Amino acid sequence: MKTLIQATAILALTAGMGMAQTVRLGTEGAYPPYNLINDAGEVDGFERELGDELCKRAELTCEWVTNDWDSIIPNLVSGNYDVIMAGMSITPERDEVIDFTQNYTPPSSSSYVGLSDDVDITGGVIAAQTATIQAAHVAETGATLLEFATPDETVAAVRNGEADAVLADKDFLVPIVAESGGELSFVGDDVPLGGGVGAGLRESDTELKEKLDAAIGSMKEDGTLNAMITKWFGEDALTYE
Amino acid sequence: MFEYCANPDTLEGVRWVSCYLTTAKHMMFYESFLVVIGLMLITVPCAMAFGFGGALAARSHVAPLRWIGKGYAAMVRGVPDIAFFLFVPLALDQGLEWMRHKVKCPDWDQPIRQGNDFVVCAQAKLPLGSAPQWQHETYGIILAVAAFAFVFGAFAAHVLSGAMNAVPKAQLETAEAYGMSRGQITRRILIPQMWVYALPGLSNLWMVLIKATPLLFLLGVQDIVYWARELGGSKTSAYAYPHPDWRLYYFLALLVFYLGLTKVSEIGLSRLNRRLSRGQATMAGEEQRKATA
Repeated sequence: MKTLIQATAILALTAGMGMAQTVRLGTEGAYPPYNLINDAGEVDGFERELGDELCKRAELTCEWVTNDWDSIIPNLVSGNYDVIMAGMSITPERDEVIDFTQNYTPPSSSSYVGLSDDVDITGGVIAAQTATIQAAHVAETGATLLEFATPDETVAAVRNGEADAVLADKDFLVPIVAESGGELSFVGDDVPLGGGVGAGLRESDTELKEKLDAAIGSMKEDGTLNAMITKWFGEDALTYE
Repeated sequence: MFEYCANPDTLEGVRWVSCYLTTAKHMMFYESFLVVIGLMLITVPCAMAFGFGGALAARSHVAPLRWIGKGYAAMVRGVPDIAFFLFVPLALDQGLEWMRHKVKCPDWDQPIRQGNDFVVCAQAKLPLGSAPQWQHETYGIILAVAAFAFVFGAFAAHVLSGAMNAVPKAQLETAEAYGMSRGQITRRILIPQMWVYALPGLSNLWMVLIKATPLLFLLGVQDIVYWARELGGSKTSAYAYPHPDWRLYYFLALLVFYLGLTKVSEIGLSRLNRRLSRGQATMAGEEQRKATA
């Protein structure tokens, strides 16, 4: 028994040494089902499972860290972690500051959710999370934009009447509407926004970008990515052809 | 925690609550209370050291030292706290990494600043990219303590130099008449007597410091306010314990905690004040003398 423990310990040590450098993955941990902190206090969700699989395929040792959404790009750029996987849509504005891998969810829609169907989404008060594509969209429509630091607060603002509706990724809103017991409902048409969700990297990190791109590509090819999307976002979610 | 918690979906009533409140995530919430208290207890001596240094420098007879002391207090007091809370850790972190980079990777030929990116070689990272998570967290806390000490030190410096000026001149002149050197006067007469004048200002600072701890989250330390918001937010069935928006109850718990902390500090500070007033030529000291006489 004792030799067995020693053997596994040595094996674990040497295996650790053999692997490439540790890549730190930064996420928000407040955007279920993309990313969340589960009741064991660990990062969980679609991006956790996807990220772990990508690291396995790219033969990287990965570690998850959480960071506030507001400062998630500055902290990437100053090197606190190496990759952002936080439900971040690929947009030209963000692409000027950081680099993105190819997307790992297809460009999907954002939706409005309110307490009733007859909410005025072009002239009312619309809640959205700060520095998101949804916030930028609301600002353009002429509605009054109400910004919050976390996604959860945007929904809470609709529930307590502070905002008429919330605009967020449909995948995030679907379980919330489904479990609200009829209190919340989708309003108006879906809005197609952004170029899908991708992993963000420093512009100087070209080698890591290639590795992750290849891993995402291989997951798209063998269908594992589609299976993962269906598992976390339901049967109706958009998948790759 | 308890054995019956294995399957949360089947639980009800008290059992659900007991399981819910003992999840690993709640344990992290409880731990963060200790982190906050511990952090304040470390920050106070550091801030006092900065404050003492600043106050003594501002009184110095050497002009450059005096400029540094006065400049430090004036600058930090004049700029919004939040700017320093963001600036100090970032500057400290990048400064340290830059120095390590210069020492450890002299052959590096790429620029450190590439557009927006701050790039140093992997060996110069602080902590190393391969270091376990707890080291990153400890490093973050150390940076936070440095930022707090730097900012609160400036306020403490102002309070302390005011208190030093409040010590009756006659005391210092008498000491001089006894043939004490400047250093001796400062150590034996000035510092022991100034505390009673400094205490009201310092206790104010302590109270502000207690309330400033939520700024920690800005620096990446997961403090009690972060956990209260995270745990209290409504949870869908993506979580093991779904519940509606319970932030109110979590923030009520924080309210009780902060009020309790304030009350305990008030009791402690008033005791300290009584102790420091003993034998002093102040009104409080005079009252104590009369009461015993």
